Amino acid sequence: MKKAIEVNNLNHAYGNVSVLTDVTFSVPEGSFFVIIGPNGSGKTTLLKCMSGMEKVPGNGVTILDKPMHHFSRKDLARKMAMVSQNVMSDFPFTVTEVVLMGRSPHMGVLGLDQKHDIDIASQAMKFTEVGHLADRKISQLSGGERQRVFIARAICQEPKIILLDEPTSALDLAHQLRVMDLMEQLKKEKDITIIMVSHDINMAAMYGDGLLLLKEGRIVKKGKPADVINYEILEETYGCRLLVDQSPLGEYPRITLVPEKFAKTGG
Amino acid sequence: MTVRQPHVIRRMTLISLFLMLILIISIFLAISVGAAGGNMKNVFQALLGGDTSDSMLKTIIWDLRFPRALLAALVGATLSLGGLVFQALLRNPLAEPYILGVSGGSAIGAILGILLGLSNFPGVSFTAFLGSMGTLFLVLMMSSGASVLKKDSLLLAGVMINAFCSAVIMFMVSLVQDSRLHNIIFWLMGDLSMAGMDQVGILSAMLIPCFILMFRLSHDMNLLLMGSEMAMSMGVHIKVVTYTLLIVTSFMVSATVSQCGLLGFVGLIIPHMLRMIFGPDHRVLVPACILGGASYMVLCDLLARVLSRHGELPVGVITAMIGVPLFIYLLMKSKQ
Repeated sequence: MKKAIEVNNLNHAYGNVSVLTDVTFSVPEGSFFVIIGPNGSGKTTLLKCMSGMEKVPGNGVTILDKPMHHFSRKDLARKMAMVSQNVMSDFPFTVTEVVLMGRSPHMGVLGLDQKHDIDIASQAMKFTEVGHLADRKISQLSGGERQRVFIARAICQEPKIILLDEPTSALDLAHQLRVMDLMEQLKKEKDITIIMVSHDINMAAMYGDGLLLLKEGRIVKKGKPADVINYEILEETYGCRLLVDQSPLGEYPRITLVPEKFAKTGG
Repeated sequence: MTVRQPHVIRRMTLISLFLMLILIISIFLAISVGAAGGNMKNVFQALLGGDTSDSMLKTIIWDLRFPRALLAALVGATLSLGGLVFQALLRNPLAEPYILGVSGGSAIGAILGILLGLSNFPGVSFTAFLGSMGTLFLVLMMSSGASVLKKDSLLLAGVMINAFCSAVIMFMVSLVQDSRLHNIIFWLMGDLSMAGMDQVGILSAMLIPCFILMFRLSHDMNLLLMGSEMAMSMGVHIKVVTYTLLIVTSFMVSATVSQCGLLGFVGLIIPHMLRMIFGPDHRVLVPACILGGASYMVLCDLLARVLSRHGELPVGVITAMIGVPLFIYLLMKSKQ
């Protein structure tokens, strides 16, 4: 299978502080890939290295079989879109204006939209169900609505890959589910590779085709959810007690955190 | 479902034409009104160049008032564009060249240049530019680079630098009694009365290419407002765009300061007003700020000439009296 992204022996440091050490993995095209790990494990930095935000030497990161530095910014933006965490804008753009910004990599310097661009934006907004918000100001939306607008904007780039940094972290349950379902739909219907940093291991288990577990900048385990979500590995990595069993929904591993008061009798 | 998007080019053109009309009216007012020849009929005659026209009035209009109105227009355009760019770049609606201390730094640079005996252009323009870059760098460092978003620390840093610059300006001007140097009021409150056509020519040559460059970067400014990470993922060369905007803005502001002294709060009032009316799209706002800021300054200067019974007011008095209440209002609003 072709690879969407390949990371080879990636080392990254901020000043003298090493953040990523010898990270190697690849993400097959058209898969849903989730990066998990404790706070400060280097997840977000890894995502930034993959997005081009952080400079990576040589062949550290390969996008669609081409080393990162062979892409111009605009070329890269046509292949890969990014949804960042908690973007809050004080500037009162409308939803339509924000979604149309996603067409920028396909447009000239002034970003002048053609009929074609407006059609694509329209479809993207329909897809993420924000069409009814078209004329609202982005600053007036709820967190869940805003996240769907940013995803519509990413879809407008017509990318092969979408990177997301904890897209569900600030959302209520219904919106979390909706965002994750949207991503799965993008994967299935448009064959877009989804790469996501997440704290939610249960979601990762149910949606992810592949998981990567990081700790202190090193890979602890990579593979299918069932291989990575193992209580010995997770207890060791996160430093807390937990149980792993199977979700009632099917063959998905499920974790349960174990509070102190159950520690003696529990598993 | 349809997405309605008024075509940007059309909106921009309509808005620009409308503001251009206002600018032309403002300039016409500015060259018509004044101590001499109050009669509109005489002014028209002088403008149209009829034989019977008063040659004295003609001289006043074309040699005094007209260059002065053009200078005001250039300065107003630059300062409001500067405010717009700083607000977008620092994602802080209260940022403005004067408030950030960039104008003050330019003035110090300009005064030093004059004292060193450099030529007006390019010598003094260059030292003014160095001064503005220096203060900009200081402000950004004091509000600790990465967290430029912190609104209060940025403003506080600007206020401190501004206070320091004012003190240094007064100190330098009072220490050296140099006939080449203008008085303290000129530097601290701004003055457009020394305008001549050659000055207007040099300034336009420096500023108009900057205006064009800013317009070219206007869509990138829109994208930058989505946060640097998303902007980059949409194809923006963040570093190139950011540095270009900062350097070009400092250059434009320093060029006007070295010619006209410090004029505060213009970069606050115009971008805010226009954003409120026309929305946040920079492709519309860049030309709108250039034309709207120009009109605003022409009218402020007209007020400064007309209001005072003895001589005239420095135009900075007018811009500050209108700008400061607005600044306080915006500050209170942003605290909510």
